[in-house]
Amino acid sequence: MTGTRRGGRWWTYLALTVALLGVITPFVWMVLGSLKSEGELRRVPPTWWPESASLDNYTELFARLDFGTYFTNSVVVAVAVTAGNLLFCSALGYALAMLEFPGKRALLVVVLGTLMIPGVVTFVPLFVLVANVGLIDSLPGLILPFLVTPFGVFLMRQFILGLPPDLLDAGRVDGVGELGIFARIILPLCGPGLATLGILTFLGSWNNFLWPLVVAQSEATYTLPVALALYSTGQNNTQYGLLLAGACVVVLPLLAVFLAFQRHFIEGIATTGIK
Amino acid sequence: MTTVASAAPALAPATGPGPAIRRGRGRRAEGRAAWILALPFTLLFAAFTVWPVVQSLFMSFTDTRQKDLRTPFQVDFIGLENYQRALSDPVFQKAAANTAYFVLVGMPLTIAVALLAAVALDKGITRLRAAFRLGFYTPVITSIVAVAVVWRFILQPDSGLLNTALGWFGIQGPNWLGDPQWAMPSLIMMAVWRNFGTGMIIFLAGLQGVPQALQEAAAIDGANAWRRFWNITFPLLRPTLLFVCVTTAIGYLQFFEEPFVMTSGGPLNSTISLSMYTYNQFGFGNYGLAAAMSYLIFVVIAVVTAVQFRLLRQNT
Repeated sequence: MTGTRRGGRWWTYLALTVALLGVITPFVWMVLGSLKSEGELRRVPPTWWPESASLDNYTELFARLDFGTYFTNSVVVAVAVTAGNLLFCSALGYALAMLEFPGKRALLVVVLGTLMIPGVVTFVPLFVLVANVGLIDSLPGLILPFLVTPFGVFLMRQFILGLPPDLLDAGRVDGVGELGIFARIILPLCGPGLATLGILTFLGSWNNFLWPLVVAQSEATYTLPVALALYSTGQNNTQYGLLLAGACVVVLPLLAVFLAFQRHFIEGIATTGIK
Repeated sequence: MTTVASAAPALAPATGPGPAIRRGRGRRAEGRAAWILALPFTLLFAAFTVWPVVQSLFMSFTDTRQKDLRTPFQVDFIGLENYQRALSDPVFQKAAANTAYFVLVGMPLTIAVALLAAVALDKGITRLRAAFRLGFYTPVITSIVAVAVVWRFILQPDSGLLNTALGWFGIQGPNWLGDPQWAMPSLIMMAVWRNFGTGMIIFLAGLQGVPQALQEAAAIDGANAWRRFWNITFPLLRPTLLFVCVTTAIGYLQFFEEPFVMTSGGPLNSTISLSMYTYNQFGFGNYGLAAAMSYLIFVVIAVVTAVQFRLLRQNT
């Protein structure tokens, strides 16, 4: 009995496997479909394995439709947004967690108070603001509004509150300057917190869709989700193979990044989420 | 928060004037450093969050339209007219009903599936846990636009994967996205698929905080697995449940992307949501009206969150 208990019951494995197949089937089908020809994709009933797999859809995506540019834009925006959040949110998170300064309480209340405000509230004035400073249809217009988030401060503050406060005094006794304490003592200890915030921010920026759809108005500034959304409703909307290949280009690189870091991330989100 | 303050006297006993001055100077250096660290965030946050929140409230009491884009303050103050217009608009009411439908059905389903998956992974198996966890989490990290492309295929009435699979069992599947009866259930099914992974991860962390000794003691007393779960695990999971409920509710009340990319709110407005209708008003150039609608959504979210805190915190 202990043996079955330690290994788990076979029917739990069976149920979980069936559930897992159900959950990932859309992804498998997406990848297989992107390798099929238009004719095969229209067949009734649908085929599962591609009859003659080819990368033609991908070639067309990058050669004719300029997905290379959109891909670069997505990477630039996501990297800039992630770097901004890591730096600025951890700096304020540290100040709020460990330092005393005039205005601290008010700042804390305002930042945490905005956590619950839905994005739709700021959407219209944000658009008016970005339009008035002439950043519509530019990469800074896609980056600046997301460079800092109250969630990032919340997360980093929670994490830094868990570090021993004696670190500050130790640093001061050793003659490290106030900013040096942050950069050389605190930040190196924030690895797991930064990993969680970094991955969450990168995922959010890569998949961000509504704001870029409104702000990016020419092909030079499209990000991948915007391009895919426009192609799937525009004149290419009947080229199924192309759309599925586009979906793969949006999903697969992110999946690879996520697989590489998922351990830190899943543990980080689980612990920082509820504390 | 107060740790720094309480640690300081230990270092500098408040006798002679010397240490007190040094302490004061340290305080100033600390305050200055804190503001240097806080400044970049505060400036960006003030410009791109606080200012829009305030301006949105202002806009909601004015007749701002797209033509006022360059001069957002030369508009007429019209009091609560936008709010009245929104609340008496039949499409807004329809959108409110749809959003309520989505939240009331989708949220319990998502949380139930997340909890079921977490308990199965935590208690039911010991091997391959990380692989299952990762697989179930994959939809969460996937772009909604890509998801839409794939799901629109899967849900096609004749050649779609789902109806083909149902056909093997002799079931004639409906026209999922084209039938006003079935469009919302389709989106709920998709939302559960896309979101239960987040709740699952958080429940898994919560389950690890339930002491094994309690479970074993109950097992010795003859409590079966179901009673152990219901009487021991579940009450201890209450704070986790509160967190998952609140975050899911906040997300689902802003339900936007699924109808936007899958159905455009149709057929016959059967899937239009509050956020989506608000976005449409922005698209039509009715900025003041859109701002009023967004504040109505905000009020609903605040009320629902407060109610959940009361309900779930009370009986601990």
